[in-house]
Parts: sequence; structure tokens; C-alpha cells
Amino acid sequence: MAERRVTVQSEAGLHARPAALFVQAATKAPMDVAVGRPDADPVNAKSILSVIGLDVRHGEEIVIIAEGDGADSALDELAATVTASGA
Amino acid sequence: MPDRLSGLGVSPGIGAGPVRVIAGAVPEPPAGERHPGDAAAETGRALGALETVAADLEERGTKAGGEAQDVLTAQAMMARDPGLAELAGQKIAGGSSAPRAVHEAFGVFREMLAGAGDYLAARVADLDDIRDRAIAVLLGVPMPGIPASDQPFVLVARDLAPADTALLDPAKVVGFVTEEGGPTSHTAILARSMGVPAVVACPGCTALAEGTVVLVDGVSGEVRPGPSADEVERARSAAAARTAALTVTGPGTTADGHAVPLLANVGGPQDVPAALEYGAEGVGLFRTEFLFLDRTTPPGEEEQEAAYRAVLEAFPYVVVRTLDAGADKPLAFLPAVADEPNPALGERGLRMLRRHPEVIEGQLRALARAAEALPVELLVMAPMVADAAEARDFAGLCHAAGIGRAGVMIEIPSAALRARDLAAEADFFSIGTNDLAQYAFAADRQVGALSRLQDPWQPALLDLVALAARGAGGKACGVCGEAAGDPALACVLTGLGVTSLSMSPPALPAVRAALAAHTTEQCRRAAAAARAARDAATARRDARAELPGLAALGL
Repeated sequence: MAERRVTVQSEAGLHARPAALFVQAATKAPMDVAVGRPDADPVNAKSILSVIGLDVRHGEEIVIIAEGDGADSALDELAATVTASGA
Repeated sequence: MPDRLSGLGVSPGIGAGPVRVIAGAVPEPPAGERHPGDAAAETGRALGALETVAADLEERGTKAGGEAQDVLTAQAMMARDPGLAELAGQKIAGGSSAPRAVHEAFGVFREMLAGAGDYLAARVADLDDIRDRAIAVLLGVPMPGIPASDQPFVLVARDLAPADTALLDPAKVVGFVTEEGGPTSHTAILARSMGVPAVVACPGCTALAEGTVVLVDGVSGEVRPGPSADEVERARSAAAARTAALTVTGPGTTADGHAVPLLANVGGPQDVPAALEYGAEGVGLFRTEFLFLDRTTPPGEEEQEAAYRAVLEAFPYVVVRTLDAGADKPLAFLPAVADEPNPALGERGLRMLRRHPEVIEGQLRALARAAEALPVELLVMAPMVADAAEARDFAGLCHAAGIGRAGVMIEIPSAALRARDLAAEADFFSIGTNDLAQYAFAADRQVGALSRLQDPWQPALLDLVALAARGAGGKACGVCGEAAGDPALACVLTGLGVTSLSMSPPALPAVRAALAAHTTEQCRRAAAAARAARDAATARRDARAELPGLAALGL
């Protein structure tokens, strides 16, 4: 199982456009992907309702988890959608 | 499909085009509703409906582009949310019908979002909209909200709320037909101000299938599905012949030279061109709500000043009505009015403003400054004035802000009955016949079933107008309600002693022609005949008998 801990840089947090970009990227990944706060149960990263429901704000840390072939590259791509501060 | 439907024609003209229905609220599928047994098929139906909604939202987004596209794309993603699909599937596996399962699945996410921060609470409305769309697809009922269309269409609805119509593209609507509403409903007023034919109180119209071409006659009130090209042509040429007869221009005056200024009702700077085009001599009712609706903070005084100036610089004479809000027209930036069992009888109009003096004082200051350097006669009036004390308070506020002429709207029977007392405090009157009828007959303006009682030809209403005009004691007493735009009634009002008439701009030519065709004496006789009648229909008939010029004009 691979995971990434990243700090959300987008001004809007994991809401609005950044959340949509994040979920779109997750949807493209061939495996299950989960996302959550470090200390809480993760949710399905392909579900926009679950992701915005986390209510993650700018500057908060999240953990993204995936398993299987290509997990690392999928996670890198996902991490990039939330660490790009312009998103 | 019925041969023809019939309602009340409230905005003249002929319109023909395909029907687009605005649905009312989508019903909640009953709790415990079950599917017939094939869970896989039922799940397929649910997912199919969600996908239809997603694809529709996406398509609208592509058309809209820009920021709207981002919003609609995110909404489409919500409709395609795998968590939502999974929950709905589980509920269907447990026996729930597809509509009920979709409703409950949305409910789970709705609760989650509603409990969190402000941003998420705002998403609840998006979610509800998607849910209603999906359920509408499953039930085969029209989608909620204003329909999107590339083609001009006839808008059909149970009734139209101001919030619905704010987003309408006037270039796309060739007619309005509503099941409810009366001559003074929002639909009627909006249609007349847009110059679009409209029929209200038309039972069965919401059952017309989407896309059915209908012919709408805004005079006779007839709505005919599937008209031949020939029929549409005939109806159009009859309407055009009527318009051609109305060739009088210039200021409003009777045949014997008694001046009755003809003014325009405007809802904001966007209505100025139409008012000028139809030859309005000024503005008799400048509604200011447009500046205040749909915002979470009140407009600043500079913003207000600029918007007012855009109207004040176009005319020599402008009557502005201060903000008219209340439970019927809520404003987001004022604390919600307590849950009123009868909003029409609650804290609206001036009553509301007395509780928020900073709003009205700011508005009056902005108005005074907007008029400062302009050669315009500015008059300001308050809505919903009940007695002399309110008139005095309002005049005091106006004078303190530097506004010379402060008036009151006569919309409540008490104000008409004691017009003499109010005239001692106010500089002028303007009679709002729509609300005056609503309160005189205890008949809500929006209730189509009561349209008989909102008929401005009701002799009781005419009595109240006569009382107000006499009580004005030489001060100006205009009418800015819908009655002023009816050519025959305009003559009657003149005969009752009303000094000016203000209406939707497209109504001006017919009223101008009707006045020019009759003497003051004929108007007085028509007024007397109307007041002698015992019901509205007789009043109309007997008054028209005294106004022979109307028939020649095709009015």
C-alpha cells in the first residue's frame, strides 16, 4: 500500500475547483483511491461528495492512499493537484 | 390534447412557439415506496436518470463556458458520484423504488454537508437541485427551474416567482401562460413590461407536452395547441391592425385638451429605452427593489446613486418608490421577517423600513444626491402607508434627506378612506390599484381562483379611487397600478379625478389614443356609469357605452 501526506495549498482548500480536479484525477486511476485526514478514516477519493464533505481547508494536511500497479504515479499526480497553489 | 385552453388575457399580442414548462417543486417520493421486484432493472433506471442529469448539466456547462462551466461540471460530477450510486443501489436491493432510493441516497449526503461549514451548507442547494432533476427524470415530470432553450419559446408554469423571472432572457420568450395568477400577478406585470403576450389563470396549461407549438392570444386569453401557419398569420394581422389604429403621439390629453400626463412604470435603468420609445412623459413608478434583491449585503450609497441617476437623467419628472420588501419579497441582507401567517398583511413596505431606518435613510440620501445636478423633478413615495402618522414620518425622513416632494402610495383602504388626513401630510398620492384591490377584497393577488375579485373594474375599487382623488384636495393624485394601462379604465380614472396615469410602457399608445378620443365630460359620464354598476362586468359594459371612440380604435 502506498500513501502520500501532503499539505493542501489551494486557497479554496479541498473545495470547489481544486476538489473537482482532485476527484477527476482520482477517477482516472485504475485502482481504488482513498483520502482523509491523518487521524481519521479515509473516504473514497472518486466521490466528490465525500471529498468535499471532508471540509479540508487551505493549509491542512491530508493522506492519500492507493494500492496496486501504478499506485505511486497515480498518487504523485493526485498530490500535485492539491499542492499547486494556483489551483 | 385539448383543442384549446382558455384563461385570462393579461398582456396583449399574439405569440406562437414551442412550450417549455417550468415545473413547480418536484414531489418527494413517498416513504416506503417499493419497486415491482426486478432490483437490477430498477437500479439501471436510477443510474440512468443520474447519468441523464449529469450529461444535461455538462452540456449546459459547455454552452455557458467560463465560471458557469466549472460550477456545472462539478454538479455533473455530483450526479455521477459513485458513493451516491452505491447508496441508491443498496436501497433498491432492499426493495425501495428508484425515486425513493435516489431521494434517500441524496438525503445521506445532504445531511453530511448541511452539518458542516458555510461553504458546504451552500452546496446543499446544488445537491437538492440535482436530486430534484433526477427524480423528475424518473417520474417523467418536467425538470425544475427555468428551461434552457436556443429557440424562442412559450413559457408555461403553475405560477412565476420573481426569482424565476429574474433570470429570463426576454429575447427568448414569445409568450407566457400560467395556471394561476390574476391580472396583477407578477407574471402579468412582467409580461406587460416586456411587451410579451400572456395568459394567466389558464387551467390545464402545465399538462401541455414540452415542445408542443401553441398560439397564445394575450387579449382573448385563448391558448391553442398545434395551430396552422394560416391561423397564426391571421391572428398576427388582426393584432397588427389594432396596433396601426393607435397613431396618436404627444402628451396625454383628452379630446377637449385636459392634460393627463402619461408616465411609465420602470423597474430599473434597463426599462428606460422602452419608456422613451413609447413616449412616456416621465416616470410615475420607479421600483427600486432591483438594486436590493439577490444580494447578501445592501448596495452602497454610491452604487445606488449611480443607478438612480441613470433613470433621473432620462426624464423631466420621476416618481421613485422606496424599497418595497417583506415576507413576500424577502431580502437576504435584512434579518428574516418572523414567520408570518399572512405575508401580505405583515411587515412589508414602509412597515419593514421603519424597523431598518438605516436602509431607508441611505436610500433617500442616495436619491437626493442623484438628482442634485439634474434638471429633473424628483418625487419620492413610500409603499404601504396606512395612516396620517406614517405619512408624516415618511415626509419627515424625505425632507431631512433634502427631498422636497414626499408622497404616499394609496394601497390600503384606510389610506383611501382618510385621504384628506394623509393629504395634509404628504405632497402627492399615487394609487396602487393592485394592492388596493387585494386589501379591499381580502383577495390575495397571487391566487388565480380569486381573479374575479382582483378585477380593477370592481365598483368598490372605483369608489376607493374616487375617495382618494377627492381627498387629495388639489394635490396630485396619480394611478400607477395596472388599472392605468387599460384604455377604457384610463378614461374612467380620468373621469374620477385622477391627475396622471402610469403604466408599463407598451400600454402607453393605446391609453393615449383612448384619452384623445374622448372629452372630459365623456370620461366623467363613463366614471359615473361604472360606479353606478353593481359588478365589474356591468361597470365595464356601461362605461364603454359612454366611450364610443374605443370601438373605432379596436380597443
